Amino acid sequence: MTEFLALVRRDLQLAVRQGGDAALVLVFYLLAVLLFPFGVGPEPNILARISTGVLWVTALLAALLSLERLFVAEYEDGSLDQLALLPTPLPLVVLAKIVAHWLLTGLPLTLIAPFFALILGMDAAGYPVLILALVLGTPTLSLIGGLGAALTLGARRAGALLALLVLPLYIPVLIFGVAAVDAAMAGLTVAPHLAILGALLLAAIPLCPWATAAALRQALG
Amino acid sequence: MHRFANPARFQRIADAALPWAVAVTVVLLAAGLYFALFASPADYQQGESVRIMYIHVPAAWMALFVYTGIALASAVALIWRHPLADIAARAASPIGAGFTFLALASGSLWGKPMWGTWWVWDARLTSVLILFFLYLGHIALARAFDDPVRGARAAAILALVGFVNIPIIKFSVDWWNTLHQPASILRFGGPSIDPSMLLPLFLMALGFTGFFVVVLLLRMKTELLAAKLRAAQLARLQPAAAAGR
Repeated sequence: MTEFLALVRRDLQLAVRQGGDAALVLVFYLLAVLLFPFGVGPEPNILARISTGVLWVTALLAALLSLERLFVAEYEDGSLDQLALLPTPLPLVVLAKIVAHWLLTGLPLTLIAPFFALILGMDAAGYPVLILALVLGTPTLSLIGGLGAALTLGARRAGALLALLVLPLYIPVLIFGVAAVDAAMAGLTVAPHLAILGALLLAAIPLCPWATAAALRQALG
Repeated sequence: MHRFANPARFQRIADAALPWAVAVTVVLLAAGLYFALFASPADYQQGESVRIMYIHVPAAWMALFVYTGIALASAVALIWRHPLADIAARAASPIGAGFTFLALASGSLWGKPMWGTWWVWDARLTSVLILFFLYLGHIALARAFDDPVRGARAAAILALVGFVNIPIIKFSVDWWNTLHQPASILRFGGPSIDPSMLLPLFLMALGFTGFFVVVLLLRMKTELLAAKLRAAQLARLQPAAAAGR
């Protein structure tokens, strides 16, 4: 457990000192959201209607943006080999890196989403559920994305390939994330959607790091 | 199982089996098409367009069956390092992608006159579309590395992860009550479709399976020959390096 926390702290420190991708991800998020009022027109009704979907899709793309670099730097400078040699099981090391990735991208995205919901004019009833759904959904995105990043490590055109691999697997999270917020705004019960988001997360926590570790071992040869 | 890991033995068996597989496939597809197009009745509701089903349903079955086969082959390749399983998984995925596309396209052609729309965001359709992208990802990932072994391993892990989608597709019509009709063949209480329509459906399904086997064997043989060719070229270019392998 101490190794796990040390690894998370290491990644966070690296991000802080090197001026990580977190700020870039948030700026991308803001810009991508801002494109929609220009794209579909500034009609408040339409924007309020599509706000849930816009916030989820752009959050998903923003999370994707930072994934490519999850393992690349360490793969290239050789520290990934050292991490694989640690007595700590590799899936746990992977989980630590994913947790750090989520703290640097998923958490800021979640915290800033209500402000973007505000500028899109989303119905206030959706706010708490939006935050809750993002809290449950974005860790799953990081976990699945980590697997994609490990699979494409060292591949040609890794970025485009990563999107092709990861986006289809993101669709369930998107469906239930949007459904939860829409249900809240329509005054329906949100518990089933949130329960499925939670179930996806609980399934991803043990399975994704394990598969990611297997993929990393293949990459390290 | 490792008896069949020898490429030369596989080539011999494949060569012996191929003519028979081709003959059986041609007979099955010819009989299936005859019954599907001429010797089966039109549906009382759907009219003649029910005949699209004889392509659509077997193609959709094959899409699931081929992916299941790829996942199994990938597991075998990862666990026992079986060289032919790797090749089989890689050879099967473009065929599976073809079947998936056929299922989506024929379903769309059927949907326009029957549902009045080419496409709906129904659970079954969406999950099959995801399957199509999983196939594309599998093909792209297997070819994305300079080292073919690394590509095969990465693709195998992806195939196993993507397998979660298969039960979702199968049960999507039961879990979400949307536009696509529920299962009428593999269900509790036996098939709910008339025998005169069941016969061409099964002939076509068997014919599609035969077609898959034929193309898979051809593609695997080609892969093996390509690997041999690569090895021979390497040996010619750098005798010392090739000897060290």
